[in-house]
Amino acid sequence: MAEREPILEMKGICKEFPGVAALTNVNFRLFPGEVHALMGENGAGKSTLIKVLTGVYSITRGTVTLEGRTHEVRSPLEAQQAGISTVYQEVNLCPNLSVAENIFIGREPRRLGRIRWKEMNARAKVLLKERLHLDIDVTLPLEHYSVAIQQLVAIARALNVEAKVLILDEPTSSLDQSEVQQLFGIMRKLKGEGLAILFVTHFLDQVYEISDRITILRNGEFVGEYPAAELPRIELVSRMIGKALHLLEEMPKAPASAKSGAETVAEAKGLGRKGAIEPFDLRIGQGEVVGLAGLLGSGRTEVARLFFGADRPDSGKLTFRGKGGGTRGIQSPRQALDNGIAFCPENRKTEGIIDDLTVRENIVLALQAHRGWFRTISRKRQEEIADEYIRKLNINPPNPEHLVKNLSGGNQQKVILARWLLTQPKLLILDEPTRGIDIGAKAEIQKLVLQLAGEGMSVLFVSSELEEVLRVSDRIAVLRDRRVVKEIADQNISQQHVMQAIAGV
Amino acid sequence: MFNRKYVPIFVTVGLFALMFAAGSFRYTGFFSLQVILNLLIDNAYLLIAAVGMTLVIVSGGIDLSVGSVIALTTMVSASLVQQHGWPPAVVIPLVLAMGAVFGSGMGAIIHYFKIQPFIVTLAGMFLARGLCYVIDINTITIDNAFYTKAAQTRIHLPGGNTVSVSVVIALIVVAIGIYIAHYTRFGRNAYALGGSEQSALLMGLPVGKTKISVYLLSGLCSSLAGVVFTFYMLSGYGMHAIGTELDTIAAVVIGGTLLTGGVGYVVGTFFGVMIQGVIQTIISFEGTLSSWWTKIAIGLLLFLFIVLQRLLSSGKAAWKG
Repeated sequence: MAEREPILEMKGICKEFPGVAALTNVNFRLFPGEVHALMGENGAGKSTLIKVLTGVYSITRGTVTLEGRTHEVRSPLEAQQAGISTVYQEVNLCPNLSVAENIFIGREPRRLGRIRWKEMNARAKVLLKERLHLDIDVTLPLEHYSVAIQQLVAIARALNVEAKVLILDEPTSSLDQSEVQQLFGIMRKLKGEGLAILFVTHFLDQVYEISDRITILRNGEFVGEYPAAELPRIELVSRMIGKALHLLEEMPKAPASAKSGAETVAEAKGLGRKGAIEPFDLRIGQGEVVGLAGLLGSGRTEVARLFFGADRPDSGKLTFRGKGGGTRGIQSPRQALDNGIAFCPENRKTEGIIDDLTVRENIVLALQAHRGWFRTISRKRQEEIADEYIRKLNINPPNPEHLVKNLSGGNQQKVILARWLLTQPKLLILDEPTRGIDIGAKAEIQKLVLQLAGEGMSVLFVSSELEEVLRVSDRIAVLRDRRVVKEIADQNISQQHVMQAIAGV
Repeated sequence: MFNRKYVPIFVTVGLFALMFAAGSFRYTGFFSLQVILNLLIDNAYLLIAAVGMTLVIVSGGIDLSVGSVIALTTMVSASLVQQHGWPPAVVIPLVLAMGAVFGSGMGAIIHYFKIQPFIVTLAGMFLARGLCYVIDINTITIDNAFYTKAAQTRIHLPGGNTVSVSVVIALIVVAIGIYIAHYTRFGRNAYALGGSEQSALLMGLPVGKTKISVYLLSGLCSSLAGVVFTFYMLSGYGMHAIGTELDTIAAVVIGGTLLTGGVGYVVGTFFGVMIQGVIQTIISFEGTLSSWWTKIAIGLLLFLFIVLQRLLSSGKAAWKG
């Protein structure tokens, strides 16, 4: 395949946004008749690269050639006309229009300006049936069909434009197993017809199942291009995360030995939610820190949300030994709070912090809500609480009347932590508590987690930074492709072990 | 399989039939073709404006300037014909062009400055209404021969029934509206725009052109409605057609068009206008009720339709899941 001419070649691509380099010297080649996976963690620059290709962004430096000619597009329409079609993760079609219209709109068959509905419907039917083996009523609105079928309709639209390059951006993220297989069948067929397919996904199994070649990006930089068959999974994972295995130091981990035998605080049995996470068992003991490790989209946040009752499970049971001592099920965030479960969500900007309130007001928020709005906390008491936690967590500046929006990310995170600690939870769920904050603050938060666990609080710790999970956790549940694949405890916790589990080798 | 997208239309048509039947049983002389034709005669201008509004709402927008543009059209027509002696053959094309320019101006502001249609057309509403008073604060009565002839001419139909010239114009507008909405790329682009502007853009549709054209068309329909209204009232006045934009929106919604855009039919709007007309007729036949009861009935109907649409769309979600 290598001796053939690539249909698409991108060389030395740089894309700079004001103050940020989103892509630096990225190369990418795509041959006809191949499925090429573009891999990378969040923020690696995959979406930016795709947007460059489809004309949403213009490049700062570099060259793009399509079939040997310089490819310069300024809009998605121009990209389509040049033969590059994209199917996005969120189906970008019009749900209110019929299936046939979604395929043809903008290119409807007409006579004297009048749309020929019969011809359009017939052609849509044939196109779907012959190329995608899909036999559906094309006159119904698109929204009547499942996301999987909408996805196929989007592909049909792309094919109808005489596409040479088909970009599939996370097409499988909302499909179930059989739907994924259906999609893969179609991808193989299209590949056989000579179409070049760029495939983006977070699912490693899928990458190896369908791809011929893999390009890895990390932090906007080009890591390498490899034939899929010659790149072991473990290599792929370490290149995405950015740690060559032989360079990894074995991290000495203070053993928290006795903890795994400790009294169970929360236990999930066969807990699962269709499309989010497959049924899993997970036990959290008192004073234990359980880490969740896995790549983005592997189901980490989903597990955390189920533990808090934020999403409704459709199988299994979650029991919690609450404040009263007895065990009970958790079905809603309200119940979770009442029982002493606190949840710091992933996105502090939108789900946690209230920008225009002061540090003090943000801190007392959860306690006030917990007590009910009519049993107010006196101003004096509020100030005492705020002072106490500002000292405890080392919030800077140490001024309770400072507006939260003027604090750094790390300090905002501490304010949220203070808010939940104040309710004295038995189980604290932290979803990406250190994202986007500086190293010093990270270390402080990690230290705090260990300290809290030492005081008997149980913690469910979710982070995309493996090192951090390793450092704080007594036990690590490894997730891959929305399944809890392995539990690693104490003495076995090492970066190598966890990475192998993530890669599934 | 029965296509659920037609449900709101069937409900609208069914409701019209039901109301007409109820009126026919209750009042003698109600059940006649002429009563239906009178509905059209009295509401021709509303029908014309509502066709334009349907496309605007389908595209996900709103046009609050309709009533004011009608008033401005009556005012400009009356002033030019009556006070300046211009021939109607010049005045009518001129006011139509004025409506189109006014509408496309609003559309351009909405598109290029990315401002909500609500606020832009609200400004347009005040502007057009205010301009009426610049021309004259009083009513200008029209006694031009062409206008009086247009007002009084009755076209005779078999069975001794008659319609006015305005009805013919309104029906032609409805026919053109149906054609544009369902058989032209522009029309389908408007639906796509209402379904998802982001998707429409990514599918490579001419979003800006479509958006501006939709408001242009609504402005054109409003000024044509203004011409027909002038035939009906034989006068120009700044207080004409106050609140007509809301009647139009009500008719469009009762006709089964979703205010969120993307779904609706011009023919539904036709029946939406007819339902408003039939309510007025029933109330005038009743004799003892004040005409404000029309508003109450329309208010209740609107509630009914909004709830119906919500139920249908949530039912759809349940079906898919």
